[in-house]
Amino acid sequence: MTEAMLKPRRRWNRRKTQKWLIDIAVVIVLLIFALPAIWIVFTAFRPGNEINVTPPVWIPKKLTLDAFGALFGLNPGYSSGVPVMEYLRNSSFTALLSTSVALAVGTMAGYAFSRFDFRLHLTVFLGIMLSRAVPGVALGLPLFLVMRRYGLVDTTVGLALVYTAVNIPFTVWLMDGFFRQIPKELDESAYIDGCGYWTAFWRIDLPLALPGVAAAGIFAFLAAWNEYQIASLITKTPKSKTFPVGLYDFTSQFTVDWRGMTAMSVLMIVPAIIFVILIQRRLTEGLTFGALKG
Amino acid sequence: MTDIQTTETPIAPAGQTAKRTRGEFYRRQSRFPLMLIAPAVIIILVVVAYPMIYSLYLSFTPYNLLRPEKTLVFSVDTMFRNYGKLLGDRIFWRSVGNTVIFLAVTVNLSYFIALGLSQLMALVSRGQGIMRTLLMIPMMFAPVLVGFQFAWFFNATVGLVNNALIALHVIQSPKPWLIDVPSGMISIMIATIWMNIPMLTIILLAGTLSLPREVFEAAEMDGAHAWQKFRHITMPLLRPFTLIALTVLSLDIARAYDIVRIMTGGGPAHRTEMIWTYAGRLATRDSQYGLASAMSMVGVVLGVVFTLYLFRQLIKSRVVY
Repeated sequence: MTEAMLKPRRRWNRRKTQKWLIDIAVVIVLLIFALPAIWIVFTAFRPGNEINVTPPVWIPKKLTLDAFGALFGLNPGYSSGVPVMEYLRNSSFTALLSTSVALAVGTMAGYAFSRFDFRLHLTVFLGIMLSRAVPGVALGLPLFLVMRRYGLVDTTVGLALVYTAVNIPFTVWLMDGFFRQIPKELDESAYIDGCGYWTAFWRIDLPLALPGVAAAGIFAFLAAWNEYQIASLITKTPKSKTFPVGLYDFTSQFTVDWRGMTAMSVLMIVPAIIFVILIQRRLTEGLTFGALKG
Repeated sequence: MTDIQTTETPIAPAGQTAKRTRGEFYRRQSRFPLMLIAPAVIIILVVVAYPMIYSLYLSFTPYNLLRPEKTLVFSVDTMFRNYGKLLGDRIFWRSVGNTVIFLAVTVNLSYFIALGLSQLMALVSRGQGIMRTLLMIPMMFAPVLVGFQFAWFFNATVGLVNNALIALHVIQSPKPWLIDVPSGMISIMIATIWMNIPMLTIILLAGTLSLPREVFEAAEMDGAHAWQKFRHITMPLLRPFTLIALTVLSLDIARAYDIVRIMTGGGPAHRTEMIWTYAGRLATRDSQYGLASAMSMVGVVLGVVFTLYLFRQLIKSRVVY
C-alpha cells in the first residue's frame, strides 16, 4: 500500500525536475544568445584601463559613468569631440517626423486595403510592398543625385522625407492586418445609422485599431532611428548626421575608440529599451494578426 | 485579395446573394478608398519610384560624377555597355555569388534556429516575460551597432573571440577571423543571423502558442511521438506564421549591408564582396554612377523576385486558412 502511494508521487517529482531542467536550459541558451549585447552595454560603464588590455579583464571590477561624461564633454580636460547633441537632435527629428507622417498615411492606406475592393487592389498593394524590397544602396545612390538638385542633401527634412517613404510599406501591411481583425459589421451598422465612410473610419475603426497604430509606430520609429545606408549617402555634416552615421566618428585609420562607441551605443538603444518594455507582449499581435484570419 | 473579401463574410444567411450585394456595397463608393491610398502612393512614387527610374536611365549611360557633362549622354548604341562590362567583370560575378550564398545561408539558418528556439521556449512554464526580454535584446541594436560589435569581437588583436579561445587553449596564436577565407564570410553570417533570430522566434513562438491543443491531444491518444507531432501537426499549422516571418525578414534583408560594410567593407581583396558593397564603392569611391546603377538594378531584381515569391505564398496561405 505504501508503494502504491509513493509511486505517483515520485513520478510527479520526476516530471517537475524535468520541467525545471527545461526552464534552466532555455534561460542559459538565451543568456548566451544575449551575451554579445550585454558585453557592449557593460563596456560602456567600465573604466578605460579595463578595455582591450592583455590579458583581458573578463569580470568588470568597477563601473563608472566616465565614458558618458566624456561623450557629453562634462569631464574637464578630456572630451571625445563628437557632436552628440546634434546627432541626438537630428536622429529624434527625422525619426519622429517620418514616423508621424508614415503612420497617418499608412493607416489610411491600410484601412482602404482591408475594407474596400477597388480596381488594381492587389497590384497597388504589391507595388507598395515591393518599394520596400529595393536595397538601400540602390535607392540611396540616385536619391543623392535627385536630392542634390533640390537642395535636400544634408538636411534633416530631406532625410525625414526618405524615411517616411521607406516606412510606409510596413505600416500599410501591419495596419491592413489590424483592420482585418475588426468586424465589418461595425462599419455596416454605422452606415445604416447614417455615418459617412470618413466618419465610420474616424469614429469607429481608428479608435479600435489604436493599439495597432502604436505597434506600427514603434516599428517605424526604430527603423528610422537605426537606419544607416541611406543616411550615410545623403548626410555629410553634423547639420544632418544621425547616430548610426555618427558612430564612425569613433573610428580613425588604425584605431577605434571602443569605449566612446559603446557609450554612444547605449544612448542609441535607450528608445528601443523603453519600447520593448512597453509593448513586449503586444509586439507579436501586430505581426501575426491576419495570419489565421484572412 | 478580392476573394478574401467575399469568402470570409461571417453572416451570410442568404448565401451567394448576400455576398454579392456586400461586394457591390463596398465597390460603389470607389472614390473614398482611392483618396485614402493616394498620399501613400504619391510619396512612394516621388521618393522611391522616381529615383529608381532615374537610376535605370543612368544605368544606360556612362555617367561619371567627376565629369558629369561629358558622361551623362544616352545613346542607343552604347546603352547596354555597363551591363556588358558587368558580365565580363570577375569581381561582379564573385559579388553575385557571395550575395546568393549569403542570403541562402542566413535566411535558412536564421529560420531553423528560430524554429528550434521557439519550440524550446513554448515548453517553458515559468518566466515567459524574462525569456522574451532576453530574446529581444538583439532587436534593440541597430544593424550598424551589430556590425561594429561583431567587428570588435572578431578583431584579430583585441577581439573577444581570440582572447577567449587563447585563454581556453583552443588556439595558440590570434587568428585574423575577418581576413581569412572562409572565416570572414562566416563571421558576417553569424552577426546577421544573430540579428535576425529574435523577430523570427517571436513570430514563430506566437504561432506555436496559438495552435489548438485538441489536435495535439488527439495525436497523443493515437500514440504519436514528439517528432511526429512536430512534423505533421506543428509544421503545417505554422505555415502562415512561417511565411509572415520570412516576409518580414525579406523586407529587411538588405539591412545586412550595414553589417558587411562595417565588418569587412567587402574586402580584403573582394573576399566578402556583395552586390551592395560593390555598387556602393563603385559610386562613392570611383564616381562611376552609371556602372553602379547597372549593378543596383541587378540587386533590385534579385530583391524584388525574392519578395514577390514570398508574397504570392503569403496571399495563397491567407486564402486557405
